[in-house]
Amino acid sequence: MVPADQRAPASPPKRQVAPWNDERVRSLAFQSLTLALVVGLLAYLALNAADNLSRQGIATGFGFLGREASFAITTALIPYSPADTYARALLVGLLNTLLVAGLGLVLATLLGLALGLARLSANWLLGRLALVYVEIMRNTPLVLQLFLWWDLLRLSTPPPREAWKPLPGVYISLRGVFFPVPVYDPLYLWMGAALALGVAAAALLGVWGRRRQARTGRALRLGLPGLALILLPPAIVFFAGGAPHLLDVPHPTRFDFSGGRSITPEFAALLAGLVAYTAAFIGEILRGSILSVRSGQSEAAAALGLTRGQALRLIVLPQAIRVAIPPLTSEYLNLAKNSSLAVAIGFPELFSVTNTVANQTGQAIEAMAIVCATYLAISLSISLLMNLYNRSMAPVER
Amino acid sequence: MIELRRVNKWFGGRQVLKDVSLTVARGERVVVCGPSGAGKSTMIRCINRLEEHQQGEIFVDGIELTGDVKQIEAIRREVGMVFQHFNLFPHLTVLDNLTLAPIWVRRMPRREAEDLAMLYLERVRIPEQAGKYPSQLSGGEQQRVAIARALCMKPQIMLFDEPTSALDPEMIKEVLDVMVELAQSGMTMICVTHEMGFAREVADLMVFMDQGEVIETAPPDRFFTAPRNERTRLFLGRILRQ
Ligand SMILES: Nc1ncnc2c1ncn2[C@@H]1O[C@H](COP(=O)(O)OP(=O)(O)OP(=O)(O)O)[C@@H](O)[C@H]1O
Ligand SMILES: [Mg+2]
Repeated sequence: MVPADQRAPASPPKRQVAPWNDERVRSLAFQSLTLALVVGLLAYLALNAADNLSRQGIATGFGFLGREASFAITTALIPYSPADTYARALLVGLLNTLLVAGLGLVLATLLGLALGLARLSANWLLGRLALVYVEIMRNTPLVLQLFLWWDLLRLSTPPPREAWKPLPGVYISLRGVFFPVPVYDPLYLWMGAALALGVAAAALLGVWGRRRQARTGRALRLGLPGLALILLPPAIVFFAGGAPHLLDVPHPTRFDFSGGRSITPEFAALLAGLVAYTAAFIGEILRGSILSVRSGQSEAAAALGLTRGQALRLIVLPQAIRVAIPPLTSEYLNLAKNSSLAVAIGFPELFSVTNTVANQTGQAIEAMAIVCATYLAISLSISLLMNLYNRSMAPVER
Repeated sequence: MIELRRVNKWFGGRQVLKDVSLTVARGERVVVCGPSGAGKSTMIRCINRLEEHQQGEIFVDGIELTGDVKQIEAIRREVGMVFQHFNLFPHLTVLDNLTLAPIWVRRMPRREAEDLAMLYLERVRIPEQAGKYPSQLSGGEQQRVAIARALCMKPQIMLFDEPTSALDPEMIKEVLDVMVELAQSGMTMICVTHEMGFAREVADLMVFMDQGEVIETAPPDRFFTAPRNERTRLFLGRILRQ
């Protein structure tokens, strides 16, 4: 304890400062001024635009969203027809964006990790191959790569009439991959419930296994039993419910296929392009962050008898990931935003759909405002999630 | 326990170990000294294969060190190492630093590993720091944690590479005290250090290295009073004067 007479006064003595010299007052003033200028400029532009549009007889506002879209969309995760509204068309586009971005994030991260590890591996050839890949991907424009993927997919597949049939009911052609899907049956809901139950049971099994390991030291191989716990309940429900197996099978028409579900070449090209491109950057980020973990760490792990795999998993990666998170976040944001390049190859994600909407209605400003707001929301969500993840494993410093 | 027979090692074109031979019996304490760049670190890092030797033979506990990964892992389980810069795992608490290897390498139950860890933390006199992270400890405390971490694997042999040379003077003693206790408990030790007081107190054998060669090996009383080699004499003269 500090003796009472040596304690510092409760607050530092205040000195009088003229308000125009006070740092806080100054910065507040400058910020207000900047804000006022920006708002004023925007208001002026908006008024001007509204004026121009009304002179051309184009409506303003978001009323158009409720009108009939009357254009078709090739890939829709929810039921959609041209008779639906513009709002629904935009929703279809948004879902496509989310699908491509979500799948892209996961796949690009996995491929990126593989690339990063390949570049660090002692295998010379593997390292060189990864290096060449990374350099090619990073140094050519993404739009170009998307076109290449698209051409590649279309040139390497036959026309619909000569479609490959690797499995009964599956057709691969330049129209994409068509495959059968089960026709909806209420039993599927119950199967879903049974699956959830199975997952919960498997999770419990996992917890039990870890407790047991803590008690006895023996790690049990719970992979197979866990898998059985997950898969068996839905299977039982399926067979108990009479095994409904009505399939919606695609069948060839003159130039195309109808029925079933399909993966279009546009979707495949976009996903492949985004993943291949982003993975190159992610690979470099992960490589750099692994290198940033001091060599003493893996030496200490090795000296304790840990295998190389254990050292990587338990010691190096957890430390590397902290370094990697900020640049990784910005790569994820890039991927989400780059998905809008789909407009070049005609995959109907949010931006392509919005483009069509804007052309049809003439209300480009409103349409683009919607897209901007949506991308902003997606980006902020990614940032938020990554920040939460970052906080959950924040390094402990003094 | 440990035997090096005419070990040679090169880094690129530079030879850093020249025909190094050394035999350490069970329970023996060897202190290695020599000028910077002599190859002291390289030699003891060869013993647990953090470095690979290119010629000669190294036997640890009867097992020859070859490229066989399983044998390397087996040897590393029996050989503990303490580094100059501690190399604690910064993302794990002190307790987790200690239990990691027993759990993952020895497959020990967590509870048992934690009891063991607390035992060794008490032996290095910092049981109250178990829940902290390495960066929250002083250098001396960190090095004592590192010693405890190595001991948790119940090694037969302990290697020390200048364990006190990154420490402030007032922390050196607390680490050396722990090492003296360890030596008195009968641990086989090879210790690279310039703490000659420590060497006098515990060493059974002194080894002087220079330019990749073992120049002189002798029991400490003769080593300090009547070194045979001119280079040893010069070196001792330099560091004992400080
Ligand atoms: N990874 C490496 N690559 C190339 N040269 C190395 C490497 N490690 C060590 N050396 C060289 O080998 C020689 C012996 O190094 P070593 O670290 O064994 O010396 P030391 O006796 O431990 O010295 P110090 O007292 O400074 O720790 C030095 O000349 C050093 O430059
Ligand atoms: Mg050294």
